[in-house]
Amino acid sequence: MEQSSQDAASELRRLRWQCRRGMLELDHLLDRFLDLGYADLDEGRRETFLRLLGEQDQRLSDWFMSRAPASDEALQDLVDHILDVVRAPAPGG
Amino acid sequence: MSLPTRHFDALIIGAGGAGLNAALQLASADLRVAVVSKVFPTRSHTVAAQGGVNAALANVLPDSWHWHMFDTVKGSDYLGDQDAIEFMCREAIPTVYELEHAGVPFSRLDDGKIYQRAFGGQSQNFGGDQAARTCAAADRTGHAILHTLYQQNIRARTHFFDEFFALDLVRDAEGVVCGALVLEIETGEPLLIESKATLLATGGCGQVFRTTSNAHINTGDGMAMALRAGVPLMDMEFFQFHPTGIAGKGMLITEGTRGEGGYLINKDGERFMERYAPRAKDLASRDVVSRAIVTEVKEGRGCGEHGDHVMLKLDHLGESVISKRLPGIRESSKIFAGVDPVVEPIPVFPTAHYAMGGIPTDRFGRVAMPAGQGSEEVVAGLYAAGECACASVHGANRLGGNSLLDILVFGRLAGKDIIDFVRENPYQRTADSASLDQAMGRLTRWDKQDDGVPVAQMRADFRKCMEDHAGVFRTEEVMQEGFERLCELRERLPEVRLSDHSKVFNTARIEALELENMMDVGFAIATSALHRQESRGAHSRPDYPDRDDQAWLKHSLYSKDGDRMDYKPVRTKPLTVESFPPKERVY
Repeated sequence: MEQSSQDAASELRRLRWQCRRGMLELDHLLDRFLDLGYADLDEGRRETFLRLLGEQDQRLSDWFMSRAPASDEALQDLVDHILDVVRAPAPGG
Repeated sequence: MSLPTRHFDALIIGAGGAGLNAALQLASADLRVAVVSKVFPTRSHTVAAQGGVNAALANVLPDSWHWHMFDTVKGSDYLGDQDAIEFMCREAIPTVYELEHAGVPFSRLDDGKIYQRAFGGQSQNFGGDQAARTCAAADRTGHAILHTLYQQNIRARTHFFDEFFALDLVRDAEGVVCGALVLEIETGEPLLIESKATLLATGGCGQVFRTTSNAHINTGDGMAMALRAGVPLMDMEFFQFHPTGIAGKGMLITEGTRGEGGYLINKDGERFMERYAPRAKDLASRDVVSRAIVTEVKEGRGCGEHGDHVMLKLDHLGESVISKRLPGIRESSKIFAGVDPVVEPIPVFPTAHYAMGGIPTDRFGRVAMPAGQGSEEVVAGLYAAGECACASVHGANRLGGNSLLDILVFGRLAGKDIIDFVRENPYQRTADSASLDQAMGRLTRWDKQDDGVPVAQMRADFRKCMEDHAGVFRTEEVMQEGFERLCELRERLPEVRLSDHSKVFNTARIEALELENMMDVGFAIATSALHRQESRGAHSRPDYPDRDDQAWLKHSLYSKDGDRMDYKPVRTKPLTVESFPPKERVY
């Protein structure tokens, strides 16, 4: 039990480092999502998150900023979900 | 001490445009080259550079490297070294063609030549009509260059150490730099890389400020390593701030928003730029707008719960103008500020963008430092290129399109010089134990497990202090107070503790090591800024509002030992042409 919680912790730290990107916008989105939304993902979406982290920064930027659709439905679905979770609240709202 | 050790002809620390272009020269010449990068190479900050690369190709309008040189000298507020600037502007042309041949997909004209766009600060004929000098790959030039260079390096068999963090440079018994001690982030184990030559190409340090457009990786690691190795940092007071970053987050909101008619308001809804710049208003120069924003906040007219920002109003422009002419701004504001600029203003604050200063080098990327009596000495085997370096081509302010150029030209030339150096110095030196102990000390220091100040708290206190006291508002009083506060923080640094002592992917430990680097670099910025009693380029002081060539046409050199300041003359003599003497800058 203890071993598996250690594994989960080190996996989370590994993902944290994968969230370090070349663009501040991506750092912010991915790092905050890891804190706010990753724990609630099911196994399938966690795998999609890993795929997302493997994408190039420029593509991720295009997807998050709605300049281009993600390359498949699962990725687009996750991009939308990350935006929902991370999007700044309206001031005073 | 027995450490796993690897040997290479050349070690490059950092995998952005400068590091990868240097590596490509070396690997193509069949040298054994190692590139150490704390993140996967194509996640380096070069990927965020959208603008382009300046080169006087004259594909769209008449142009010459000499005009490019004039613009760069003027843009530097005459603090740039004119020999290095001439060199860069000449080398720009073959550098862009080399990249084209390597596969960078530059945007094209109908006749197939590389398209070039006009940018601010570019002129024909020494200050005449607008020039068109910037080569771009659509709006993703940095990405295109970084990926091309990475792929070419893979082909040339460059050895990559991905996700390895460089702890410190190491020296042999004679004091010659002979590689670096690095940490494998995945395992938490140190590795010694011994090399005949070492290039620092770790990029910028914007993270020293609370609000920055730089990615989280830009923590000044190479600059701090140089400082700890006894190398001073040059011209660190010159830091480019962009007036409108998203408040509290830092992402850039383009100046085009104000060009299209957007304007800034304070908490009373007042269009305050009318007071600071009655004619230019919101289109005044960057430093004027930045300082006005900070003044509004300092004087209690800031917006929001903490009164710590102002608002950029765009809603009067209408949805179609915002969507058509300012693409990306609406999306970015919605995501990061939680506002739709079509209906409400965007909270903004000046954001730290680019370091003009860095590790002093000559035009071949060789680290050069004072050797007493005004002379300079090259540090054998140690090179620097890119934003972490200061070849002194930007002086007190950088022109748009010259940052990618800097990293590419000096990365390339450093690579070529290292080839000669390694051929002339073919024997591998060995790190001595004192040097290794010192580098290992950086790591073991964080093993202490008693109670102390958390890393995150020290980091936040430090970055806020830098923003408040070494940012855009620079008076003697503000900066002196800041320096004292920074000293207090530095005294508390040994009390900072990690809560997580695991080995595998311990990112908290990396952040602690980065904090030490940022604090070393922060002192360089704050001390250099406090001492320069004039306004020049990006260093703007209300208490010394004018440029003072008599007293201050000289480079600052900050040394970590005793926070010491030295100065050295600006090299005003170009390589082959006449000097451009200092003049008042009018645009």
